[in-house]
Order: sequence, then structure tokens, then C-alpha cells
Amino acid sequence: MAGEKKEHELIVSVSPHVKGEETVSRIMWSVSLALLPAFLMSLYYFGPGALFVTALCVITSVLAEYLYQKALEKKITVSDGSSFLTGLLLGMNLPPSLPFYIPIAGSFMAVVITKQLFGGLGYNIFNPALIGRAFLLITWPKAMTIWKEPTAIFVALDAKTTATPLGILKEEGIGKLLEAFGDKSNLYMQLLLGNRAGSVGETSVVALLLGAAFLLYRRYITWHIPLSFLGTVALIAWVFGGKGAFFTGDPVIHLLSGGLILGAFFMATDYVTCPSIRKGQIIFGIGCGAVTMLIRLKGGYPEGVMFAILIMNCFAPLIDRAVKTVPFGTVKK
Amino acid sequence: MSKLATFQRGVHPEEAKGLSAHCPIIKAALPKRVVIPLSQHTGAPANPVVAIGDSVKKYQVIGAQQGFVSAPVHASISGKVIAIADFPHPSGRVIPSVVIESDGLDEGLALKETPDYLNLSADEIKTLIKDAGIVGLGGAAFPTNVKLSPPKEKQIDYVILNGAECEPYLTADYRLMLEHPLEIINGLKLLMKAVGVTKGYIGIENNKPDAVEKMRDAASGEPDIEVITLEVKYPQGAEKMLIKAITGREIPSRGLPMDVGVVVQNVGTAFAAYEALRYGKPLIERAVTVTGRGIKEPKNFLVRIGTLMSELIEQCGGFTDEVVKVIMGGPMMGFAQGSLSVPVVKGTSGILILTEDDYISSDEYFACIRCGSCIDICPMGLNPSMLSILSEKGHYEETKEYNLFDCFECGSCAYVCPSNRPMVQFFRLAKSMVKP
Repeated sequence: MAGEKKEHELIVSVSPHVKGEETVSRIMWSVSLALLPAFLMSLYYFGPGALFVTALCVITSVLAEYLYQKALEKKITVSDGSSFLTGLLLGMNLPPSLPFYIPIAGSFMAVVITKQLFGGLGYNIFNPALIGRAFLLITWPKAMTIWKEPTAIFVALDAKTTATPLGILKEEGIGKLLEAFGDKSNLYMQLLLGNRAGSVGETSVVALLLGAAFLLYRRYITWHIPLSFLGTVALIAWVFGGKGAFFTGDPVIHLLSGGLILGAFFMATDYVTCPSIRKGQIIFGIGCGAVTMLIRLKGGYPEGVMFAILIMNCFAPLIDRAVKTVPFGTVKK
Repeated sequence: MSKLATFQRGVHPEEAKGLSAHCPIIKAALPKRVVIPLSQHTGAPANPVVAIGDSVKKYQVIGAQQGFVSAPVHASISGKVIAIADFPHPSGRVIPSVVIESDGLDEGLALKETPDYLNLSADEIKTLIKDAGIVGLGGAAFPTNVKLSPPKEKQIDYVILNGAECEPYLTADYRLMLEHPLEIINGLKLLMKAVGVTKGYIGIENNKPDAVEKMRDAASGEPDIEVITLEVKYPQGAEKMLIKAITGREIPSRGLPMDVGVVVQNVGTAFAAYEALRYGKPLIERAVTVTGRGIKEPKNFLVRIGTLMSELIEQCGGFTDEVVKVIMGGPMMGFAQGSLSVPVVKGTSGILILTEDDYISSDEYFACIRCGSCIDICPMGLNPSMLSILSEKGHYEETKEYNLFDCFECGSCAYVCPSNRPMVQFFRLAKSMVKP
């Protein structure tokens, strides 16, 4: 009879028997792709330094994961793209000119300590790339805060160093910042394009938003975290960011500078380390925004996005337990 | 046109109904042998009333109903009883079954027709439906008569016919609506009369516009029957979702349709009810789709209950080469079969043959990355991610805090999971480990 010879080969498993096309690796590679425009912009402004730092991070991250899994005889999962993405994100969070051992140390910290030692993808509490960066900032505080002045590509390989816009804002005030950029509209424009000192990937707001739009369109991320994060930053900047009086701050400068856009769209939205219920994500985003502005306005660092996300990472599991979904058929009181 | 009726969340798998949608329902060849399980319904199994060696005729009762929530089973062919023993059932278990070898004559008992069947009383309708062995043909196979007899304190307002057929691939209900719209409408009228309601709905997904039109035409003289077009979304045909989409009423957690004044029946059940009441015909055959890229010629059949799957596959030209899975039911909630020697039962809506290409997933799965996709689509508003993690870690008791028992295993979460997690398996495991 037709087919009977095949009976023993039939697969028997629990329903459903068809599956959607999303996979972890597809998501990871898509997010990496979404970072490409911003990375290209930083190559334009920072030249080979940006490539060097980022490539080192990516290579070390992937290699570290491979070697760790090999040494512990675990399944090799580097093809899922998550260690590549971690390396890419770490590289984009570092200054574009660093001695080679710093990106290597940061990548090891991110992939081996923060991710693998906690059980691998899905089990880590903190965003690996951000722990990598926090570790480097504390270990090499000087090297991690030397910011290369942006130049058009390959024009000046020994470009001068300078402070970031947020650094100037913190130390010398808005007047000095406007002086450095001419006027407000030019400041906004340069921040949008990325022509400013900063980490590799946190420069061009336009390029980052392009990548973010792709992720939103593909529904890999939703508006909940970025919007609540950015909205909180803007609100606090407006209310408390001015000199002397309330409601005189400039929210636009705060939104466009530092690592906020990169953090809000690409780091705070890391599935594993943020709440998974949408309502909880809004709480998470508001927390990220509040801590960011607390550090920016009152803290010792000019930028607070990294610590804000890491602190809120601790609360993610708690938020997920506190904010429950409402099951169908819940009787309304 | 107004907005389509629907429920919140859900998924939209590839519909794949084109494989068999154009195939009219044809009578399957008379089976050489049938295996008729004594339990094809929810509730107590039927009690065998024939013995090995007995000659039986088509329509003859071979298993008597035992208790209220139960249903009789009838011989679907004429011939000789050659065995009464445990046989594999599509659910994966073995079930006491009556095996009849055909005498090739297909002789039936004389049936008692009722030409003025529309004048039957509610009690007569319920009794005839019960005696005809009619159960829900959508898949759950709950005895229809029981559904039509809610406790007195429950006020019922509507009967809803489920023509959503939201499972991909399946087209048996669709063909039934195209080919027998008037019979279905008359079946619905009888069901409405049985429960004593004046308003009936038929819900049909929007990917079957011709079925919607046919049913609307057939119902044109019936001001109390309304055909509702539903958004194409899985699991639109789940009882709770369907009631929500059509009436806006939400069955309370762990409740039943009657708690919100609704009785839901499948269109196939309405058709079977019509045949039982008009012609006195017991449920001995049903419409079954045999489809999938793994079968040479997909078809819609009218199949005698108890026909072995292998016979139907043969009548469709057999397998193509790269078959990996044979499923009884649809791809989202159907049961994978390890043997082709299982019978079509009352709840069998389709036989689906999947190839390597359809079955992209492997058995390998990964840790939950908490992307939240499953939470976004769970039609029951649960947190499948958390439930799967708790079950995986053996924290079964805690799953109850996350409303495990509200889950009806539609599989939407597993469908969207990027980590390929066997969600339904996790939930079944947890359900078996704790008491509701």
C-alpha cells in the first residue's frame, strides 16, 4: 500500500505542527543589520579607529563564546548571532580610539562573565554589552573618557581629542556648548548627523533611528520601552534641566546627545534583560529615563544611560511578576 | 462594509486551504473493514451490544450510550463483527473498538423519515439527536444532546454555528457550507428550537466569501438567523473566541458557553442533526479533508466512521516522497500519528500530510529569551513564556498562579516562539502534575 513503507519514519510530536518563521538567530542578525547605518556613519566620522574597536569586540565576543562552550563541552551556539550582536553593541558603546586590550577585556567580561556564566542566552540578568562597558569604565576610567574629535574619513588620523556635548553641558553649561557649535539649530543638526565626539555608535541619531524604524517595522521591538524612556528623559530635562528655574530646560539636547537613542532602541529593548509584558516595559522605560536624568543632572558622570539600563535590568524580573497579564474571562469587579 | 468580527490577539498561519478548497465532497470508497472505537466522544464510552461473529447492518447500534454524558455508536457498513478489542485511536491511546468486515453489500436498516421534521418538539429533537449518536464534529466531540440541555437556571439567548474553520489546510466545513447551505440552516433551526432560542448566528471567516454568500442566501428567508463574517485569524473558531467575536460576551475563566447564554455547534454538527431529524440517519459518516503537500491529490471526502486512514491516503494517490508527518486534524491542534492504521472517528475533520518543507522546525529548542511574542498573541491573555519556564523548571504548583488551566492548547505561542520551545508539551506536562 502506498506509503506504508514509510510508517516507521513518521514523526510524532505534540501540536502545533507548523511554525512561524521567526528564529532567535534571525532576530539577532536583523538587529545587527539595523545597527549598520549608524556604524557606517561612525566610520565616516571617526575613521579606522571605529572599525578597529568594533571589529576587536565582535571577534573577541564570538571567539570567547566559542572557546567557552568548547572548553565546557556545551553546544556551540555562536551561529545564533547573539555574541556577534553583543560584540557589535559593545564596540558601538566604546570611544573610537582605545588600546587593543581594552575592547578585548570588555568583550570577555560581556560574553563570558555576564552571559555564559549565568547560563547563556536567556538566563543573563544584565545586558552583557553594558556590563562590559561598565567594567571598562571603572577599570580604565581615563582611556574610556578620551573622546576623539570627529573628522571626515581618513582626513586626520591623529585627530584632536575633545569633550562630548554632554560633557561640555555638564562641566561648562549650555552657553559653552552653543559656543562650540555656533547656534542651537546647528547644534541640533550636528547631533542628528553624528558630527560630534562620543562613542562609536552613539553619534548619528538619524542613522540610529533608521535602524530603529526597521526594527519597529519588523516588530522585533515595540514602542513601549523607547517611547517611555525618551519621554521621561524629555520631561525631566524640560522640568529640571534649566538653570535656576523649573520648566526652562532643553529636552532636545538631552534627547539627541549621549547614548540615549542607541540605549533606548537597541540596549534597553534587549529581550532577555527587560520585562516581557508590555505594560511592564513602560514602567521599565520610565525607570530608565528617570535614572538617566538623575545621573545626567545630579550624578558624577555626564552620561547615565548605561547605569540606568543596568539598574533597571535588576528590576525586570520583579516587574514581570508584579505586572501580570489579564486573562480572557477575568471577571471585572 | 462594517469591521469584521474578531477577538483580541491570535496569530495568522499560512492558510493553505487552496490545496483542497476546490474539491467537492465525494463519497470515499466503501471500506473493506472499519474499526469503530466505542469512545469517540467526551464522556463515558459506549457499551458494546454486539458480539464477535454477529452480522450487522449499516445504521445498527453496536455500542449503547452509558450515562448522560455519552453517545451511542452505530455500524457504518454492513458485514460481520470480527473483533472487539483495544485498537489504536487517533488520540494516541488505545480504545476498545468494534471491528466490522464489510460484506460489500452496504445494506442498511430501514430509517424512519420525518417529512414535517420542522414541527418536532424540543424534547423530540434532543432525543433523536442523542439516539443518532451525534457529537460535536468540530473536534472536541462533546455529545450534542448534552450541549442542548443546559441546566434550567441558565438562560440561553443564542445558538452560534461555528463555520470559522480557522485551522489552516482544512476545507471540509467550507465545502459543506457551499454544498449544503439549506440543510445547515434547517439544522440550525432545529438546534435553536431544541434550546428554545429565537436568535441564531453563523460565524464564517472572511477567507471563505463564497461560503458566506451561500449561507446568507440560504438564510435570506430567516430573519432570526444572521451570518457573521469573521476576521481570518487563528483561533477564531475556538468557542470562547467565537462567542466574543460575535456577541462581545466573554466566558468567565473556566466557564462554559452557557454561562454567557450561548450554545455553540459546528456547521457539520448542524448538518448531521438535519440528517438525523429529517431522515432518521445516525452519525455514520462525516466530511473529512485529506490534504497537505505530502499527498498526491488532496480531496474532500464523505467518509464512513471507522475507515482506516491508510485507505483514504490510497484513494488520494498516496504520498509524495518526502512525507514526515501525518496528522489527524489541523496543523495547529491535530494529533500526529505514528501509524496509518487508525480510524476516522466522529471528531476527525481532516487528515493532513506534511512534508519536510512544511515541517521546518526540528526538535531542538532553546531557552526562553522572553521576547514577549507569545504574550502578545495568546488569545487567552496568559503569559505562556512564564508558564513554559515554570513547567520546564518543575515549578508546577506556581503555574496555577498564571492561570495554567485557562490554556486550551491552541498552540499559537509555540507557533510564534523564536526559540522553538514545545510550549503545548510544557503546559500538558504541568496540567498532568497539578490539580486544577
